[in-house]
Amino acid sequence: MAAPETSTAAVPTLYTNNTLRNAFGGVLSFFILLLIGVLAFSIRLFSVIKYESVIHEFDPYFNYRVTQFLTKKGIYEFWNWFDDRTWYPLGRVIGGTVYPGLTLTAGTIWWLLNSLNIPLSVETVCVFTAPIFSAFASWATYLLTKEVKGAGAGLTAAVLLAMVPSYISRSVAGSYDNEAVAIFALIFTFYLYLKTLNTGSLFYATLNSLAYFYMVCSWGGYTFIINLIPMHVLLCIVTGRYSSRLYIAYAPLVVLGTLLAALVPVVGFNAVMTSEHFASFLVFIIIHVVAFVYYIKGILSPKMFKVAVTLVVTVGMAVCCAVIAVLIALVASSPTKGWSGRSLSLLDPTYASKYIPIIASVSEHQPPTWPSYFMDINVLAFLVPAGIIACFLPLSDASSFIVLYIATSVYFSGVMVRLMLVLAPAACITSGIALSEAFDVLTRSIKFQLPGVTSNAEVDAGETSSDTSEAQTDELKAEKPDDTSKNRPSKKSKKKERELAENPPAKATAKAKAKAEKKRLLALPLEASVISLLLLVVLGAFYVVHSVWAAAEAYSAPSIVLTTRSRDGLHVFDDFREAYAWLSHNTDVNDKVASWWDYGYQTTAMANRTVIVDNNTWNNTHIATVGTAMSSPERAAWEIFHSLDVKYVLVVFGGLIGYPSDDINKFLWMVRIGGGVFPHIKEPDYLRDGQYRIDSQATPTMLNCLMYKLSYYRFVETDGKAFDRVRRTEIGKKYFKLTHFEEVFTTHHWMVRIYKLKPLKNRIRGKAKKSKSKTSSTSSSKRSGTKKKNPWHENERRREVCYSNNCSDSFSAFLSSKPEIEFDYAGYVR
Amino acid sequence: MEARIRARVTLALTLFALLFFVSRSSPPRQFVISDAKRRIDLSSHIINVHLTLKVENAGTRPASEVVLALTPTEVDHLAMVDALAIKGKRKKTTSVRLEVKPTELPDAPPIDAKYFTIYLANPLNSGESTTLEVLYVFTHFLEPFPEEIAQSESQLVFYHDTALILSPYHIKQQTTFIKTPSTKVESFIRVEPTNRVGTEIKYGPYEDRPPYSISPIHVHFENNSPFAVVEELVQEIEISHWGNIQVTEHYTVVHAGARHKGVFSRVDYQSRQFSNGASSFRHLLARLPPRVHSVYYRDEIGNISSSHLRTNSLKNGRRSIALCVLNARCIDYSIANVVSSFMIMHLHLNVAFAIIPVEASRSWKLSHVILYLEVVLPEGSTDPSPVVPFPVEHRLEAKYSSLDVVGRTVVVLEKKIFVPMHNSHFQSQTLELKILEIGFDENNHLRCLSFVDSLPDTIVPAKIFSLLMLSRQTHIKTIYQLCRMLFLHRWCLVERATFFNLVSFNLPPLWQVYYTFKPIFMLAEPLMLASAFFMFFVACVAYIHIDLSIRK
Repeated sequence: MAAPETSTAAVPTLYTNNTLRNAFGGVLSFFILLLIGVLAFSIRLFSVIKYESVIHEFDPYFNYRVTQFLTKKGIYEFWNWFDDRTWYPLGRVIGGTVYPGLTLTAGTIWWLLNSLNIPLSVETVCVFTAPIFSAFASWATYLLTKEVKGAGAGLTAAVLLAMVPSYISRSVAGSYDNEAVAIFALIFTFYLYLKTLNTGSLFYATLNSLAYFYMVCSWGGYTFIINLIPMHVLLCIVTGRYSSRLYIAYAPLVVLGTLLAALVPVVGFNAVMTSEHFASFLVFIIIHVVAFVYYIKGILSPKMFKVAVTLVVTVGMAVCCAVIAVLIALVASSPTKGWSGRSLSLLDPTYASKYIPIIASVSEHQPPTWPSYFMDINVLAFLVPAGIIACFLPLSDASSFIVLYIATSVYFSGVMVRLMLVLAPAACITSGIALSEAFDVLTRSIKFQLPGVTSNAEVDAGETSSDTSEAQTDELKAEKPDDTSKNRPSKKSKKKERELAENPPAKATAKAKAKAEKKRLLALPLEASVISLLLLVVLGAFYVVHSVWAAAEAYSAPSIVLTTRSRDGLHVFDDFREAYAWLSHNTDVNDKVASWWDYGYQTTAMANRTVIVDNNTWNNTHIATVGTAMSSPERAAWEIFHSLDVKYVLVVFGGLIGYPSDDINKFLWMVRIGGGVFPHIKEPDYLRDGQYRIDSQATPTMLNCLMYKLSYYRFVETDGKAFDRVRRTEIGKKYFKLTHFEEVFTTHHWMVRIYKLKPLKNRIRGKAKKSKSKTSSTSSSKRSGTKKKNPWHENERRREVCYSNNCSDSFSAFLSSKPEIEFDYAGYVR
Repeated sequence: MEARIRARVTLALTLFALLFFVSRSSPPRQFVISDAKRRIDLSSHIINVHLTLKVENAGTRPASEVVLALTPTEVDHLAMVDALAIKGKRKKTTSVRLEVKPTELPDAPPIDAKYFTIYLANPLNSGESTTLEVLYVFTHFLEPFPEEIAQSESQLVFYHDTALILSPYHIKQQTTFIKTPSTKVESFIRVEPTNRVGTEIKYGPYEDRPPYSISPIHVHFENNSPFAVVEELVQEIEISHWGNIQVTEHYTVVHAGARHKGVFSRVDYQSRQFSNGASSFRHLLARLPPRVHSVYYRDEIGNISSSHLRTNSLKNGRRSIALCVLNARCIDYSIANVVSSFMIMHLHLNVAFAIIPVEASRSWKLSHVILYLEVVLPEGSTDPSPVVPFPVEHRLEAKYSSLDVVGRTVVVLEKKIFVPMHNSHFQSQTLELKILEIGFDENNHLRCLSFVDSLPDTIVPAKIFSLLMLSRQTHIKTIYQLCRMLFLHRWCLVERATFFNLVSFNLPPLWQVYYTFKPIFMLAEPLMLASAFFMFFVACVAYIHIDLSIRK
């Protein structure tokens, strides 16, 4: 901060000394950044080391499949890809409904490596994309924080971000999801925005809109950017901080950014037509008005200006009213008022659970609990307030942006667990600032009071304020000088000059006075500062320990492979892949497999079979149909499945080994979602006195529904009692037979069970014989034939209606569910 | 189904034709087979036929070429044919391997038969006789019938053959023994005298049968051994002269027996193992060389649970790693067409250029439909030439990996129908080598081994250079060799006792690839690494010295 002062005031020898220090600081911070990158990358490798190099969970499998397609068929095929393997019989236009950023990134990396003759498989590249981008993200954090509070804070923030558990949870190796790339894009866009704001350079403004474009490509969360930046601009204008730099930072972003965003097929005209983007346009108008006003103000005399203002305000009000009326009319004409369900649920947290059970059914769309804050951002939660205070001392354009960022992201994270991910960078930045400032103050007060240093304290006083020495990582505990790199002072001074030109000189002197005062105040007692320094180090150490634990234990499980430690070493449950491999080896390529939507992506990616519904829950009715089938009695379910041309039904069952997130535990959601569209499915029918149970107290509807039967078919023969280890009870109905389904495969630990629909032909022959023997008219069989189809036809009409107003939002980014409860090993005894 | 019918029709036609032309046939009539014993082993899907022939030269001139006849269907399924000449009597027998080549008989009768000629080491004079042992190995010869079975049924198969040995020679006395895996035989055709005792069916003895006489039979019996077939095995061996050998194997495994039909019940399969899925393969086993490390194994989509890597110690403290593969995969039970590609990679042997473990022991016999052996030579090697104990096809390809510029030469050896016997039938060969130096490391592993170089290349094509020798620069020639030493523990049996002595031991057949490699090329990899670091350093320096700010 005070670097320009020293550079002008200091003697030449001191100056050379300073440049040397700066250069040394630059090299040091470069190596520290390198190490931070290594740290960010390697802390995410626990999943590979503990498990294997494998794609995780649900959504990543879809992304992986898309990437495979891209690398195999090329970019043009990719844009035109109509996928007939999902949402049978509707299909899905992948090219137009997917955020292509991640796929294109991984595809490019793969192509680059292969053209360098480094033959890596697509899978390997996909697995390691997330860790690589988290290293990038931590570097971007450094840059962003450096813009706000200098390099020291930047390095601290980068370290914090490199291992913040919230971000780790979404970017461990193998978690090949949009967020992994998007967080980097988010931070980098913010950095470029602040950089433009600080420099006023059109070059950075252009880069900013390119970064924004990348963000739009990567994640639906780009709306956060396009709303946060206008908010900040508005804040600046309202607080009287309007400058030409602000204009340059904002106007090109809106124009270029919107144009570029419209290039992404999944966004397209949404970039100008949905209300998520309206704020930016409104602020765009406002900033022009303000700019115009400032211009006029410069030209006219104060008296004339007053006249002009009254004139413009009257005319402008009229115009504005008209425009706003038109806008409101436009917005009101769209069914969801121009807001997608997801965004509405952001504004109104109860919206989703009230109206869209599919959104509500995903655990990560629930509001978070306090422990989850502690789990995900740990000690940062305590450091954030300190960081916000530090942002106000002094408040600059950049630091006000950070304050706004943290405020909004705290609100959003309170709405949805998932958005904790957006909070994490903000928390890291503010905590980084807080820590860095604290170290700054403490080390300076130690330095002032140490004997022997006092002689040149005066010289240092000016310099050390920029010398934000602080313990970097707490293991390092190395004090190192700030890297005020060479170009920095000049730029700062430029800025200062500009500020001086703009502001009256009185303000500058006041500022200097305040600074001097602060310096005096900041000299704490030696003992106190040493102790608090130690305490801070302990706090940091606690954070590191927690992060490593979280990375190693909590967030590394790929959920497709489960492990447990038994007496004779590691035991692996690989039933999912066993089942998918069975499907791919033993069924026809064109067979359709029905399962609950959670397993849709995996089935298409690993078994290469057509599924009815998948994790891209774009069609509520379709999911409701499967839900209805699962909660219907066998016969009705068979009819529904048969009408959908389904050949195999796949259920996940954890009762034998105690795997809690199985289909029986998800079953109530199937009932709810199914009942939402087909009213003959009623939730109370499945509950006994409001309780969900599968033991002998369960309702007959529950005990006769397809899901129950498929899960527990011949389960009693395993231990003789049919004790369900997840529900910790004996099941209600133990001995029963399946009439319309037959078991074709059950995996080793019974986690996945696959049933085949018995063919129609045999059944009819039996019926025909019977009717013949009865000598009743053949019309009865005919009638039964038509009857059989009837319930479905009734539903058909309803379905069509529902198709039209399905929640057409693409939830692909949002709907990967992470089981909240970790796998329960205790139940498994073998 | 259709193919089977066609095969049967062909067989029948062949037999008729044979019968028809029996009298007219006129092959080299010099030999008469005085006694023929045939033992057919049907215990697995790989059928071994041991034929013991006592051949007598009934002609006037000395002759050295004995002709064997096989029907075309047999030839289609023939994996290998091997012949030994037995010398000596009773306990003092020694055997000599004889060359066997497929031939066309110019004066053969126009019947549908394929011929193999055995070249005797010494011509047989008129009136002399000798004993020959012939081994045929057939695969895919048993027809499952019924073709689809339910989980609880056992697998029944048909075996078609003739009770009389097809031969261009007059056979004075012949007997055929058919050994079935169990006593459960549904049916078989009797050609008197026929006798069935326990698991053995004895046809014969039949006296004085003219050439080309046959008598079709079939045996319908229970065979619950898993019909494990590797449809394709691609084994890629990547050699680095820095001491690493990386072996990657891709398996496509199929159950070639009766297909599974209807319901699969996990309960039954797990609780009643004997009556359920008896012919399924529950696990496969791959033995890896003792000093492998960095092993990984996975199927197409990464399933690993089915496999375990076990390290079990053998007698003399040597550790070998067994890989149990496809355990769960195969539960889809016998029959379902289980295709699974599988990769095993094992790395690094300190003996510089060794090891081609072409399949050697699985827990059961695995037959390979096609085997590709790809030897990836290091960048810069030239003139590759493979030497393989049996005829294979080979071609050259190029491969680019790890920043290669000119690409690596890949020698692809292709062998159709490969059976375990291909690895074992050479074992009777005894070699004598003089060991010069033997060293052990702390784990009692054979560290270095060197041989007298004087052995003729025809007998011992493999020279195993030790690292020690390599460092002394004594034996670096331009020719490096690959030798196959899958079971190193066999070697260590002789190590200590025969220090500096002449030893003899059995050597498995060697697949070798000779190539020329200039050691200077070894520097390419470290140079690349060094230059990368240098570039990085330059970049660092540049970053510090160049002003990157965007100012005018």
